Amino acid sequence: MVQMKDFHKISDYEWEIPRSYRQDMRAPVRVFATRRLLEEVLSDLSMDQAVNAATLPGVVAPVVVMPDMHQGYGFPIGGVAATRCPDGVISPGAIGYDINCGVRLLGSSIRYEEAEPYLAELAAALDRHCPSGVGTKGIFHLTDSELDQVCVLGARWAMKKGLASEQDLRRTEEAGFLQGADPQKVSRRAKDRGRDQLGTLGSGNHFIEVDVVDEVYDPQAAQVMGIGEGMLCLSIHCGSRGFGHQICTDYVQIFQTAVRKYGIELPDRELVCAPLNSPEGKDYLAAMRAAANYAFANRQILAHQARLAFEEVLAGRTKNWHLHQVYDLAHNIGKIEQHEVGGKPMEVCVHRKGATRAFGPGTPGLPEEYMAAGQPVLVPGSMGTSSWVMAGTPASMERSFGSSCHGAGRVLSRAKAKKQVRGEKLKDDLRKEGIHIRAGSMAGLAEEAPEAYKDVDQVVETVSAAGIARKVARLRPIVVVKG
Amino acid sequence: MTDESFGFKEIGHTADWALEVSAPDLPGLFRLAAEGMYALTETTLKAHPRVERSIELSAIDEESLLVAFLSELLFLSESEGLGFDRFQITLHGPALQAQIEGAPIAGQKKEIKAVTYHNLQISRTPAGVSVTIVFDV
Repeated sequence: MVQMKDFHKISDYEWEIPRSYRQDMRAPVRVFATRRLLEEVLSDLSMDQAVNAATLPGVVAPVVVMPDMHQGYGFPIGGVAATRCPDGVISPGAIGYDINCGVRLLGSSIRYEEAEPYLAELAAALDRHCPSGVGTKGIFHLTDSELDQVCVLGARWAMKKGLASEQDLRRTEEAGFLQGADPQKVSRRAKDRGRDQLGTLGSGNHFIEVDVVDEVYDPQAAQVMGIGEGMLCLSIHCGSRGFGHQICTDYVQIFQTAVRKYGIELPDRELVCAPLNSPEGKDYLAAMRAAANYAFANRQILAHQARLAFEEVLAGRTKNWHLHQVYDLAHNIGKIEQHEVGGKPMEVCVHRKGATRAFGPGTPGLPEEYMAAGQPVLVPGSMGTSSWVMAGTPASMERSFGSSCHGAGRVLSRAKAKKQVRGEKLKDDLRKEGIHIRAGSMAGLAEEAPEAYKDVDQVVETVSAAGIARKVARLRPIVVVKG
Repeated sequence: MTDESFGFKEIGHTADWALEVSAPDLPGLFRLAAEGMYALTETTLKAHPRVERSIELSAIDEESLLVAFLSELLFLSESEGLGFDRFQITLHGPALQAQIEGAPIAGQKKEIKAVTYHNLQISRTPAGVSVTIVFDV
């Protein structure tokens, strides 16, 4: 296992495992962390998984790891690996089963004091309007043709149905759809799993949360985003549901053969991959994009449903109950992007797994209103702690392939969390802190307890000090809905 | 390893679920892995109607076959709402034939997204076979 002595310290917030650490590494590993965060994570396999990721053919230096890192399966959570186009590889396991799992933040001008008497009602309404939990179906039963449209159009499909505004789409990564999605590259099984699940939250660590803006650090950026101190926000965390899970499952299986065909040797079979320009690589990219578009549509529909819940509870009771889009981003995805590598522009496939895109000011692809401030970076905490709104910086473009952290990061296994925490007690304790919880399963709630996660404030301080994102506002949870 | 140690148990993993499974032979390992997966998700079945399914799979090796088998059960759980508690499994090299019997799911508290290949290796032990499976949750 990687030890502290294997790191070369670059600064108090940046460390490197050199390429010489292991013979099969094709790039060094660059970790954004404090010494304390780094030491804590050495007890699990995160760093070894990052070293394994650095063996991917065509990987471009460095493999980047964020301070919310923790052990995953094959690739570390909090990892970013860019591979050279067109002959580098794409690895489904380095993107994850929940393709385009991501976060959407909606802002409002609803003052906390105005809404406070209705929070229990709001929690119930959100729970009712936004289907969540294991095996839950959404309001749509999509035909093959409709599902194909979702795959191609992403959040634009929701707009055609009257469930999205132009601003919603503009303020979504890639405007809510990736070009190049091909439903023909998606299996029948994935389609069967996906046709009833659009507009559902799922379970596990997915949530809908109402927050109040506790403190603003960058008033100018906050104003552009439409968030102000004392005002409510709503965040949605979910992905591509069974549709994406099945697509990744299918291609990890297909790629077990592909690695033999292309003579690729890997330290972990979960990292199986294929060259981006191979038939297998192209097929996966097209199918992965279809799942990403499904996820953009999924979060858009949930946002629409959340707006209905706000209207139902707050209309006539607060001055304004409208929720506007701040941003929607992916934190499990593979994207073809231009980055500067060795002083030269290069087209690369950026694998982000548990890491968000964090484009700095002026980067092409950002909506006009965010060109000066940089892309909003959404960093949810656990259900009892702060969440953060940050913004991308020029340094994130230079040092982390335009990426930053995605959350607090787990520190406790689910088994240990269940032993240490009782769901009912946790719910009561959080209620005493003014947080209304709606959860489908008390055991599931216990697994997601705040003590199962790192201190999100430390994570945010680290990326801020390292310069790869800057603080805009801190949010405090007041309603949490979990499946 | 003794006969008493055959079975499955959850072991620590920071983010996901890891299941250690031991059995006297490969068909037993596949059966216990399936039972362990249902135990992790706290799946319960209705008494009736009983349903049967035949599964035929082939893969490049035993580990791939195990992933494919468990993934098939996840698919049946999500697409048809079915769970299974009786397994007759035959393995011929990297090919599997299974007759499985179960019922509609009465309750399921947690969800597994996928069966992963992370450090997946079926090991031969003096008493039989064992494997550790990591599930994405």
